[in-house]
Amino acid sequence: MYAPGRTCRVGRARASRSGGIVLQILKRYFCSLFATAALAAMAAPAFEDSMAQRVMACTACHGPSGRAGPDGYYPRLAGKPAGYLYNQLLNFHEGRRRYGLMAGLLDPLSNAYMMEIAEHFASLDVPYPPPSPSRAPAAVLERGRQLAVDGDAATKVPACVSCHGPALTGVLPAAPGLLGLPRDYINAQLGAWRGGQRRAHEPDCMGPIARQLTPGDVTAVAAWLASQPLPAHAKPAAAQARTSTVQCGTAPLPAGGPRP
Amino acid sequence: MKKTVIAVLLGILALLALVMFLNLRGESDIHDAPPPASPAGNAVARGAYLVRVGNCMGCHTERGGAAFAGGRAIDTPFGTIYSTNLTPHRTTGLGEWTPSDFWRALHHGRARDGSLLYPAFPYPDYTHVTRADADAMHAYLRTLPAIDRTNTAHRLRWPYSTQAALAVWRALYFAPGAPPQDTARSAEWNRGAYLVRGLGHCGACHSPRNALGATSDMMDLSGGVIPMQNWYAPSLSSPAEAGVADWELPQIEALLRTGVAVRGTVLGPMAEVVLQSTQYLSPPDLRAMSVFLKSLPQASTGTAPAATARVAPAVAERGARLYGERCAQCHGERGQGIAGAYPALAGNRAVNLGVTANLVQVVLNGGFAPATQGHPRPFGMPPFALVLSDADVAALLSYVRSAWGNQAGPVDELTVSRQRGGTGS
Repeated sequence: MYAPGRTCRVGRARASRSGGIVLQILKRYFCSLFATAALAAMAAPAFEDSMAQRVMACTACHGPSGRAGPDGYYPRLAGKPAGYLYNQLLNFHEGRRRYGLMAGLLDPLSNAYMMEIAEHFASLDVPYPPPSPSRAPAAVLERGRQLAVDGDAATKVPACVSCHGPALTGVLPAAPGLLGLPRDYINAQLGAWRGGQRRAHEPDCMGPIARQLTPGDVTAVAAWLASQPLPAHAKPAAAQARTSTVQCGTAPLPAGGPRP
Repeated sequence: MKKTVIAVLLGILALLALVMFLNLRGESDIHDAPPPASPAGNAVARGAYLVRVGNCMGCHTERGGAAFAGGRAIDTPFGTIYSTNLTPHRTTGLGEWTPSDFWRALHHGRARDGSLLYPAFPYPDYTHVTRADADAMHAYLRTLPAIDRTNTAHRLRWPYSTQAALAVWRALYFAPGAPPQDTARSAEWNRGAYLVRGLGHCGACHSPRNALGATSDMMDLSGGVIPMQNWYAPSLSSPAEAGVADWELPQIEALLRTGVAVRGTVLGPMAEVVLQSTQYLSPPDLRAMSVFLKSLPQASTGTAPAATARVAPAVAERGARLYGERCAQCHGERGQGIAGAYPALAGNRAVNLGVTANLVQVVLNGGFAPATQGHPRPFGMPPFALVLSDADVAALLSYVRSAWGNQAGPVDELTVSRQRGGTGS
């Protein structure tokens, strides 16, 4: 983690590579400061001028592949579609999802930078852990499978696969995968949608779907999804001709920003 | 007896007349024709710029709401004020407001219907804005899409909810002003003073407030706690706080334009100001503001750190251990930081402030410097609210404030505990 005694050398090398004059001046300033203070030999943190370094504010809680915290589950970010992640950043930023820490962190960021952060996490390829075996009764799991794969024509609930991909690993550009998430998290999100605490850009397609589910359906589909292993190819499917008539809102891409 | 009653009544009447006089002094009649349908383009562009300088959008836009349509809740010690709709909607916005109505709001703090406005709208600062600038701002606001959003009623406690209380407050603390002019100073300095004291309304946060929410002297910029937000806007007239008298001008400009400079980074409410307002200042205005800020007389005291209070050895040990585990990776084992990414903590003025609110904020909630055009990809600090206890945060900060030559007083657990909360759900 640490590279003792290399503060100035590392600093200069990186500055010249990045080519930022300001950065270079900053680094020189601090290097000379340290040299005069005879502190050059002290340990310097291993530092990279990278996106991974920039988003440590995110990964501290979310971890490399999602993590349980004292107030809930911080879901996996790696490998999710950039459009989905960008939409979620905007949802927190604009109050459609409410979580004070997220909103506070995002307040000073630009849309272009949020898109870049979304693209960074989307590009990561982190292996998924095996699913934890479900203790739900077989009938419950079967109801969950039915909802996920076939939907329920009687209550007009579309199958999860119709939007989230045939393998449920998501569909580009903005439909997230549903596998590799803990049951409680899926449960909580569907509950939040039913109660209006989680919303998305209009038309907010998941809202009516979640409200159409019975509490038993929510339990069933969460249990089934959480018990499914990831397929060998776990990446989101390419954008495809939609098999569903469900219309989902999404954010316009930031002006002048990067494109997914 | 009868005479006494008459004397008392007369006294009350005289006081009422005085309050009324003080509230209306300097006002001229509103006798404008209805606003022109299409204001001149030049005034609109200038108005758009000035509205940026005043960061009107910051308060007059609700999270996720339409720009300038109001509705943002502003918590004050007296209750909650809701910002109003500035879009030109005829019934719910400023559609019927003439340039004179708008000028009176900015300059005298009175609405179109004559009612007194709460100084959460910083008219004690905006009163220094010129009529020409006010007219340009009004012209720009008239070009916005008209949004139909009815203003939310303020929720203030009695007696603060009454116009009478507001009239007394204004009689005590508000007088209409004029653009600051110091003929002994350069035009650049005067322009800077105009921006800082007027539209920039820097004093709204950077000046201390009394128990009635009035800034003692709008212009002293000697630092103040932002009501209800648990952020401290440091003194701009103290070398120990945020004074910039010994900074190079380009560094002051860099801080206002990009949010970062060699000797400091903006966070919290100031990050919002840089993001939404000062990064858009024209180069001459940035220079003028910097010249003025650099010229502010520097008091030697500021908020004196409690340097005599010692950190208990057990607390220091706990703080040092937490620092090694949680902070050293980025801020360095000796608080040296990483230039361009992570601020040094050794010798950092923000670390050594007498008021510890900002430090506690940053450790609990983390944060990014603003993503500005000049510094678009800031590095972030994670929140620690969910992994560190109040005692942990207190020990950690007490350690940081006493290590590597820092000589500020310890932070106690109660202070951290009071600031916790607001992490949402």
